[in-house]
Amino acid sequence: MLVAGKDLRIEARSRVALWQVVPFAVLVLVLVAFAIGPDTGPMRQAAPGVFWIAVLFSTVLTVQRSVAIESGEGTRDGLRLSGIDPGGIFLGKAAAVGLQLLVLQLVLWAGVTIFFNVRVHVVWLAVVTSLLATVGLACAGVLYGALSAGLRVRDTLLPILVLPVLAPVLLAGSKAWQAALNGNASSGTGWLRILIPFAVIYLVIGIVLYGPLQEAA
Amino acid sequence: MNPTGSVSRPRWLTVVGVLGVVAVGFTVWLGLWITPPDAVQGNLARLVYVHPAIATVALYWAGGVAVAASLFYLWPRTRTFFWDRLAVSAVEVGAVFAALTCVTGSIWGRPAWGVWWAWDARLTSTALLLLLELGYLALRRVPTDPAVRARRSAVAALLIAVDVPIVHFSVDWWQTLHQGGTVLDPGFHLHIHGSMAWTFLLGFIAFSLIFVWLLGVRYRVEVLSDQVGDQEMDVSLAERWSEGTELVGAAASSPVPAAPPGGAPTMVDQ
Repeated sequence: MLVAGKDLRIEARSRVALWQVVPFAVLVLVLVAFAIGPDTGPMRQAAPGVFWIAVLFSTVLTVQRSVAIESGEGTRDGLRLSGIDPGGIFLGKAAAVGLQLLVLQLVLWAGVTIFFNVRVHVVWLAVVTSLLATVGLACAGVLYGALSAGLRVRDTLLPILVLPVLAPVLLAGSKAWQAALNGNASSGTGWLRILIPFAVIYLVIGIVLYGPLQEAA
Repeated sequence: MNPTGSVSRPRWLTVVGVLGVVAVGFTVWLGLWITPPDAVQGNLARLVYVHPAIATVALYWAGGVAVAASLFYLWPRTRTFFWDRLAVSAVEVGAVFAALTCVTGSIWGRPAWGVWWAWDARLTSTALLLLLELGYLALRRVPTDPAVRARRSAVAALLIAVDVPIVHFSVDWWQTLHQGGTVLDPGFHLHIHGSMAWTFLLGFIAFSLIFVWLLGVRYRVEVLSDQVGDQEMDVSLAERWSEGTELVGAAASSPVPAAPPGGAPTMVDQ
């Protein structure tokens, strides 16, 4: 919690997330609309996928940012000396990334509603999907962020490492959202059965392996 | 340092390599000329002698070795660079076989399904496995301290091993076109017979031998490249040292700025 608070305070003051990541995500929506529009039919069909593609790309940016604030001189040692165990640091950093992603998804939700002319009919399904997916994205993202931390090429390395790993979230998230848009809740709830294990697995692995990764850095 | 002792190629590796190549040759001969065409698929079915064997090597042999080696490396009591080198060798050879699996599957899919690529669970998870393996190899190529690199690679390999089943499961729900296991049913009764069965089994043995051979060769390359790195360091260190002594020697032997008695040559400037 302390770590999450620290990260979120840094974000609140630096406004990098607000002025760079959120506009980038909206930009993805607009660019895809240019690529497949302006007919509303294909746009509506593509909306769930575009939403989650934007979320995935933004996850990479948010995680890069989360790693970058620890890359300053001695910050990591400071964290380790603070007496918080590595699992706690992992949870804190994941919580901070997750919270930013949730805010981002609210903006994107409005974005697809406006630009892609769609309406979410089963709101609870969309919300649950987003919450579960966010846990998975944040945990897997922070874990891979730690894997690439301290390397000079981490900005190019992180996307190739983490994006294939996040593919199941993209798939399940898009399908569940499609069901939520069509008002067909029963076909969407099945996809939650992929998001739940994904979130749990990366949460557990993160708590266990974050310590060894920090020692290695 | 003993360059000849550790660098020489072990004999068993050569034997396995020769056996593997001969076995692949036999598989090709049996598969293309001796076995009859399949009753339903005709000559197309001849890919069954190659494709499942390559896929097995890519997924189970290479994946198993990489995961086991990474676990052994992460476990403090068994932590040696042997496991690290074995893991990277397995992943690299596995990536080659995963690519071959996709290619041979595509060759079969075009005439059988009418498409080069289908978004089916097995195809998609094999392709994603290949991408994840390329990511692992990219992580390895980043120059950093060997111990740090080994630890991170081991974690990355385990994460890949966790992710592939999830990918498979999720894509399986998405769409399923690929046929299930047709040759071995759950009771392990062989569904092909005679020369076809023998060729099928020989294919598995042949590609497994090739896998062991490539794994051994790749491991040797890793050991050699580490040695080259060490030797280059030693050579450049020796060169710097000799430059230093030459300079000092030159300064000491030059007659004009005579060094004060008892003073070091570096004191002259002051």
